Amino acid sequence: MNQGLVADVIVIGAGIIGAACAQALARRGLRVLVLDAGLHGATAAGMGHLLVLDDNPAELALSQYSVQRWREQAPQLPESCAYRSNGTLWLAANAEEMAVAQSKHMNLQARGVTCELITGNALHAREPELRDGLEGGLLINGDGILYAPATANWMLDTPGIEQRRARVSELDGNRVRLDDGQWLNAEAVILANGIQANDLCPELPIEPKKGHLLITDRYPRKVTHTLVELGYVTSAHNATGPSTACNIQPRPTGQLFIGASRQFGTTDPQVEGWMLAKMLKRATEYMPGLAQLNGIRAWTGFRAASPDGLPLIGQHPKRKGLWLAVGHEGMGVTTAPGTADLLVAQLFNETPPLAVQPYLPQRFLEEAAYA
Amino acid sequence: MNEYADLLIIGAGPAGMSAALAAASSGARIVVLDDNPLPGGQIWRDGPQASLPDQARQMRERLQANSNIRHHAGTRVIALAGAKQLLVEDADRGWLIGYDKLILCTGARELLLPFPGWTLPGVTGAGGLQALIKGGLPVQDERVVIAGSGPLLLASAATAKHNGAQVLRIAEQASAVAVAGFALQLPRWPGKLVQSFSLFDRHYRTGSHVVAALGNDRLEAVRLRHRGKIVELACDRLACGFGLIPNTQLGQALGCALDGSALAVDAWQTTSHTDHYAAGECTGFGGSELALVEGAIAGHVAVGNTAAARNLWPRRARWQGFAKALNSAFGLDPQLKSLAQPDTLVCRCEDVPYSALSGHVGWREAKLASRCGMGACQGRVCGGALQYLFDWQPTAPRPPFNPARIETLMCLDDTPPV
Repeated sequence: MNQGLVADVIVIGAGIIGAACAQALARRGLRVLVLDAGLHGATAAGMGHLLVLDDNPAELALSQYSVQRWREQAPQLPESCAYRSNGTLWLAANAEEMAVAQSKHMNLQARGVTCELITGNALHAREPELRDGLEGGLLINGDGILYAPATANWMLDTPGIEQRRARVSELDGNRVRLDDGQWLNAEAVILANGIQANDLCPELPIEPKKGHLLITDRYPRKVTHTLVELGYVTSAHNATGPSTACNIQPRPTGQLFIGASRQFGTTDPQVEGWMLAKMLKRATEYMPGLAQLNGIRAWTGFRAASPDGLPLIGQHPKRKGLWLAVGHEGMGVTTAPGTADLLVAQLFNETPPLAVQPYLPQRFLEEAAYA
Repeated sequence: MNEYADLLIIGAGPAGMSAALAAASSGARIVVLDDNPLPGGQIWRDGPQASLPDQARQMRERLQANSNIRHHAGTRVIALAGAKQLLVEDADRGWLIGYDKLILCTGARELLLPFPGWTLPGVTGAGGLQALIKGGLPVQDERVVIAGSGPLLLASAATAKHNGAQVLRIAEQASAVAVAGFALQLPRWPGKLVQSFSLFDRHYRTGSHVVAALGNDRLEAVRLRHRGKIVELACDRLACGFGLIPNTQLGQALGCALDGSALAVDAWQTTSHTDHYAAGECTGFGGSELALVEGAIAGHVAVGNTAAARNLWPRRARWQGFAKALNSAFGLDPQLKSLAQPDTLVCRCEDVPYSALSGHVGWREAKLASRCGMGACQGRVCGGALQYLFDWQPTAPRPPFNPARIETLMCLDDTPPV
């Protein structure tokens, strides 16, 4: 480490992405300083769902690689991280959605993702609480869940990482200025502060997408898999207006998460009654028995979304020394290991485990001025 | 089914009942919501072993006799449903109530502080034990120790004795000087003087606080520190409460400002939010007499009878003086902050020990890291303790304010606001 450097790498943001990057770097023997402003991030607000998504090849590649990495790491995770490999069961309400399930099935199997198609009656046997009359589903066996805040803390506990509560007010390549005026230098700076990235780097095309979640009291063994409607693919991901989709996840405590919602153009963190009602109605359409369960807490969070739904992973083309790991939308917890591996490979100029091209920031930011 | 009230009152303790009765003669349509089965609040809680004072009975009868007062028992506020509209739930259903004026009479809850053994069966709050006994818990011939702070200890002891318990000790943490200073002021409120004589107990000790509850599967003994010396008493029950915390969550959600830890009100019991009033313990601890007069003032003002309200100001001032004397006498000894040991549970819903909490910078960080306050009580118990122990401010309340059936939450209008 050079004189005058506070660390080899400064990571801004102690959410799951910043923590995963910091851990990967520290494990290679680098000294990492993680700065976090203590603002509300997506890591604490999300469901901690680890899932393979295949809306496009790049999303599939990154999520498949990352879910596999979580499975490999699972034995090391402390119990507080609440990792479970309980699988995702995608629900098809009608023949059209079943056709989507079938094409996903083919696509995923071709890529070596273990999954099974489930038809009507068998669906009920797997998840008795689901309503009658659903067309079927697609079970992705290797998907999982975890408790992201504890997992981020576990990652940050790696030797070689120093954490500091500080707000960064300015970026300048490989150095950052804190809001007390102090400049900190390092070999590289990694920006991993999700929705707050735009405050420091206004040219980033990151947009907040608000989501609501509710958690129930404890009802053990009511639900086994994370249940997501296949309409999710069409209704929530691709809509421009506010939307909801059934997303029910059993927690190891026996509680159920009920989601999901998406809203654009707002940064108001209030829990909105109308959206809560809309979201819960959607979930009870799939699982009528939910209506009688007690909800104990609701909250909101903001997903940091990029225009094409893929994260920005790599060096900022116009700010040498500044590396980006932002824009993960709803997939930050899932793709944290993959993001860290891709970023570290680029930092060390090594061959990355996946083709990095689809995730490079260049696709939104003009080519490098310094190159 | 939706409902409308000219005046909606939240809570049917002394303040809420008094507010409803004061407003009743105006002819306004009044709705009183209360989460208990019967009106009376905590102090006049009814039950198989409760002996209600005449005043409480009379007020209850008058509430029933007024055709323009509707009382919903066992009903909780779940969410704001729009401007001047609340989502509420009882055992059977959820529905919306619209209103023009609202009076918050949401009372207070006990401050429970963690100490080794406090989660053992047999250990309750001081008010908690009183409520259990009134509700029918048999305590005949049981050995009871009551500890903590404030006049509730004497009231709880009186209920226990009345029902056949043997009260071994009442351990008040405040010093003899503080309590004597308070007692000397009591002649200013003759009723309180008489009451204090009737409640006085020869087992009352000042400068005395709990150190640990001892036992394996159940409480077997209590370890106390009395003026620096450790004593152990074998007993069957320990009732321990460290004063009261105002229930301000609903008021805060409605946008009412706080004054310290209580809802801020002006001379008319008006909160910072127009058409919203507050009375009783949610505006600060003061006892039932103060709650009654504050409730009456709020009730009069809410229906436009400011003259009647003004007439009650002197009476309120008198009881405010009592409240002030009380609150300064029973301030908590900072030593109580060090009762919890690293393995003492602080959040009993989620089994979070003290060691998992100390060292965090605030409530939110601690909660995310440890799950503290994430259980069914949603931090109602541990939140107050952590505010006292670490000075962590609780986060703003979010709906659902109380656990609620998902069916109830679906009563909210799901069309986006324009």
